Amino acid sequence: MADASPIETHAHVLTLAEPLPLDSGRALAPVEIAYQTYGRLNAAKDNAIIVCHALTGDQHLASPHPKTGKPGWWSRVVGPNRPIDTNRFFVICSNVIGSCMGSSGPSSMADDGAPFAMRFPVITIRDMVRAQVALIDHLGIDRLHGIVGGSMGGMQALSWAANFPERCGAVLVLASAPRQSAQNIAFHEVGRQAIMADPEWKGGDYYTADLDDPRKVGPEAGLAVARMAAHITYLSEQGLTQKFGRRLQDRDAKTFGFDADFQVESYLRYQGLAFTDRFDANSYLYITRAMDYFDLAEEHGGRLANAFAGLKTRMCLVSFDTDWLYPTSESRAVAHAVNAAGAPVSFVELSAPFGHDSFLLDVPALDRVIEGFL
Amino acid sequence: MATTARLRPDLAIIARHVPEGVRVLDVGCGDGELMAALTEKNCDARGLEIEPANVATCVARGLSVLQGDADSDLSYYPNDSVDVAILSQTLQTTRRPDLVIDQLLRIAPRCFVSFPNFAHWRVRASLMFGGHMPVTRLLPERWYDTPNIHHVTIDDFRALAEGLGCAVKGSWFLKGGHETGSIAANLRAEYAVFALARS
Repeated sequence: MADASPIETHAHVLTLAEPLPLDSGRALAPVEIAYQTYGRLNAAKDNAIIVCHALTGDQHLASPHPKTGKPGWWSRVVGPNRPIDTNRFFVICSNVIGSCMGSSGPSSMADDGAPFAMRFPVITIRDMVRAQVALIDHLGIDRLHGIVGGSMGGMQALSWAANFPERCGAVLVLASAPRQSAQNIAFHEVGRQAIMADPEWKGGDYYTADLDDPRKVGPEAGLAVARMAAHITYLSEQGLTQKFGRRLQDRDAKTFGFDADFQVESYLRYQGLAFTDRFDANSYLYITRAMDYFDLAEEHGGRLANAFAGLKTRMCLVSFDTDWLYPTSESRAVAHAVNAAGAPVSFVELSAPFGHDSFLLDVPALDRVIEGFL
Repeated sequence: MATTARLRPDLAIIARHVPEGVRVLDVGCGDGELMAALTEKNCDARGLEIEPANVATCVARGLSVLQGDADSDLSYYPNDSVDVAILSQTLQTTRRPDLVIDQLLRIAPRCFVSFPNFAHWRVRASLMFGGHMPVTRLLPERWYDTPNIHHVTIDDFRALAEGLGCAVKGSWFLKGGHETGSIAANLRAEYAVFALARS
């Protein structure tokens, strides 16, 4: 199907001339937006698709991650002759504000030359989208051909549809929700408390003079625990059982101690540690907060259908039967709201064993839906 | 119309009688065969379908379809949100066919309903002489694995329509894939298509 040669990509950083107004009433300045592009923008500038990344994702959508060297997080889906075909589409993926991969976040320098740390303003999903709107303004794109996102990326796609309907083409929302549920806020709070309980967090002021890599120090133990807890929520019991069961890690018998006896423990510890190499703990606080604050109905007078009153273009929602973090009922609620608002909408629950992470993994039915819908 | 020519016979009848350019809800739309034909008539067609694989096929065809269940999900559709509702060979699979038809005529002023006729003479003969629940070309599933939980005859359907207080605006009968007359339809027709309206 797709060729194995490296995909052509371009890395950019846009610096906004003006401060970015935020939902909190504050403004963010300076604002930098780091983004990658794949494929070519046509002369009419009507073949652009924005892919919105998830909580710990980044702009390295289909090209190797500069820190880990791993393939882009959606290189299975984005590329020449792939479901999001870069021969046809100009694909943009920008790092969300608040993150730590080049866009302005708590580890960025404030105007006074010191890192923002906790002086960084609390942001919302809609603020992330405002930064993306500024980006397509900069690129001279009036209307996107498509907006695609999974999980927190799906929240951004929904926010685009609700707040900037005239800029939206087809909107594709995967494994997401119109609001963060109490259970999900609770999981996020566990992660944040793990970070803030780490003595190395120091009220967020853990960045050192080594500005080239501020993440060399910091609440790594807390961030790893946050990641471990969150990682469980991305999987399914079925998936964990298939992958690990009760198998032991490199040993024949239990040690009667607290070493990682079980494969699943070893796996989680590895996931936690690997995460601290590529992610900033303060960014984790800010981005989880943005997700917790997300409630599309609340933004629109308490009725979800009102959020989509201006939407004229197609929307498609996909959920997965083993995803208990953003279950099918959430996507179905959006589908019925969009339908009640009169815009053309599709919704399908696909079967996949991988839990919430299914949208990132090999689910052939998903590829068919993505390709057909766009 | 190229697409209409290949349609299942009951769908072809429905496609012929849905006016150009109206808003349509196809309940139990399957893989979107009828919706595709109606789109060619410039209709704004939406679908509801219970099978995920069918919904995925519809989306891949560029159709707007929600995965859902006619028994539970029709209540989400606003009053008069479309001009025509369609229920093709789905009525007999629903838990409460009467409530489903009620919902259809709340959502749309007119609806088309097609269903296999359980009083066709082959079905009667099979039960009468075989003593078993009929397994025929048109009803190929056995009693324990059939999705058709509410078998219905043409006369039953007329009675239901009357009981629900809706008006029969048209009826078409099919035998061997072709239209057949209305005389003794309850005995002779394998399928029926009814057009209903609020009275």
